[in-house]
Amino acid sequence: MSGPAPDAAGRLPILAARDLRKAYGRVVAMDGADFDLYPGEILGVIGDNGAGKSSMIAALAGAVRPDSGEIWLNGQEVRFANPMDARAKGIETVFQTLAMAPALTIVDNLFLGREYRKPGLRGRMFRALDRGRMRAEARRHLSELGLATIQNIDQVVETLSGGQRQGVAVARACAFGSRVIILDEPTAALGVKESRKVLDLILDVRRRGISVVLISHNMPHVFEIADRVHIHRLGRRIAQVSPAQISMSDAVAIMTGAMAPPQVSI
Amino acid sequence: MSSDDTPHFSERAGLGHRTINFLHSNPTIIPLLVLLIGLAVFSAIVGKRFFHPFNLSLVLQQVTVIGMLALAQTLIILTAGIDLSVGAIMVLSSIAMGQMALTLGLPPEIALIGGILVGAGCGALNGLLITWLRLPPFIVTLGTWSIFNAIVQFWSGGQTIRQQEIQADAAILQWTGTAMQFGAWRLTIGSVLMLGLAAFLWYMLNRTAYGRHVYAVGNDPEAARLSGIRTRRVLFSAYLLAGLICGLAGWVLIGRIGAVSPLGGGSANLDSITAVVIGGTSLFGGRGSILGTLIGALIVGFFRNGLALAGLDVLWQEFSIGCLIIMAVGFDQWLRRISN
Repeated sequence: MSGPAPDAAGRLPILAARDLRKAYGRVVAMDGADFDLYPGEILGVIGDNGAGKSSMIAALAGAVRPDSGEIWLNGQEVRFANPMDARAKGIETVFQTLAMAPALTIVDNLFLGREYRKPGLRGRMFRALDRGRMRAEARRHLSELGLATIQNIDQVVETLSGGQRQGVAVARACAFGSRVIILDEPTAALGVKESRKVLDLILDVRRRGISVVLISHNMPHVFEIADRVHIHRLGRRIAQVSPAQISMSDAVAIMTGAMAPPQVSI
Repeated sequence: MSSDDTPHFSERAGLGHRTINFLHSNPTIIPLLVLLIGLAVFSAIVGKRFFHPFNLSLVLQQVTVIGMLALAQTLIILTAGIDLSVGAIMVLSSIAMGQMALTLGLPPEIALIGGILVGAGCGALNGLLITWLRLPPFIVTLGTWSIFNAIVQFWSGGQTIRQQEIQADAAILQWTGTAMQFGAWRLTIGSVLMLGLAAFLWYMLNRTAYGRHVYAVGNDPEAARLSGIRTRRVLFSAYLLAGLICGLAGWVLIGRIGAVSPLGGGSANLDSITAVVIGGTSLFGGRGSILGTLIGALIVGFFRNGLALAGLDVLWQEFSIGCLIIMAVGFDQWLRRISN
């Protein structure tokens, strides 16, 4: 195969997958799943529990290796051995658990596993961390995302509210020059006000030119901020719809199989 | 920066919340308070003798060996593990030093290094069993505790190597007991070694990426793994380093008691855990500090010393230390509960 084709507007997907398959014993998690994410868009991914969204996202994030199928990044076929691989190529995932150590500070968490060392002998010989640089960058990343209200970046993460934690996790995903950010259920654990802020944050991320994949069970959230919606059912994509042209209840009907998917996918 | 199009998260404010945040970022504050209050109470009861440099020096010497084991234990407990074999590794290392120098007739310097390496080897064994076979640290170190003790008895034949023999043939093994006199103060090489090691570990844990990884692995191993940290390697290295420190503690032990005895480390395992816990380090991992452990060891030392000087029965020492442990763990639990 020569890779994904451009869409009607001539855009090439920044991240795409073709015919992904994965079985766990007799359970088929991915049954020929396709995926397309275009530059600068927010793509909502919806699907019933067990539809295989998580497996597909895990494959795109490098956390699961598909049995077969192809993943294309910027027109090049890629294979990820682990999440670090995907991250090195600019795909960051904010897992539902956020993958932050709650007893460590915001700065520690932002740079966990990617710490800067001091230049010269102190860094090389004595492995000293460049804490000044990490703090300066942490402050910059947080204020770029409008999270400047977090005054003290040496605060431990567990003293933050749920929304603030999500904010720090998103800031971490944005901080390292990533091109694609995958958000897994970012509003699931949040109240109404905090969800609102996280949705605004995602719009901010898109404004910075980063493509966003938003997996969520919350239909109103998806329909509010997504540019396109990918509907997943029984291990594969059955439709791609525009939230402006389809109602939420129709989307749910397609997702659950109560309604046939539209003939023309966007 | 507060334009209208950027999201804002309001800071959770208020005195209570700020206090919790302060306690979170300064976990040694409570042990430090306990130490200061303890010192005040004991000096009020005991009087001048308590703060006499002679007495303070004595307490420092008494806590040196346990303090060293507690430093090793801190490293392990920060990874959410536990090492029940630290005392046994220490005794085994000291036996190894004594036997290599005096029975096998190796040069004492080689025996010293050999003994420390035995400690490191014991730590590596613990680490391998925990990371490779994925067995729980409690069980692994309970087992190796027994094994190391058996090797101690086997290798030493249950015999103590007496002070005079070591002095004659392998004086370097007693060097850690050498005292330096500053006026009324006495500071042994062993105490200096212990404090130097504490400084090294403090630097490692707080100023290097490795140290942050130790905390992260203990606090949330899954988060650490997803952040690209090789968690099993971090765990293994922690047990290896702890074994090495126990080996050094074996040397300090010889200096402290003068002889090489197979009976040296009876309660040392639990005493090291006591110092760590009283010092504010959480048994659930990822939370605590080296400074806290030093303070914890000093609290234990001063409580024992103060109660003895006050003329109370030895039983009250045990009783009060037990209360301190329960209060320390209770406080840690409370702090964890209200923050979630």
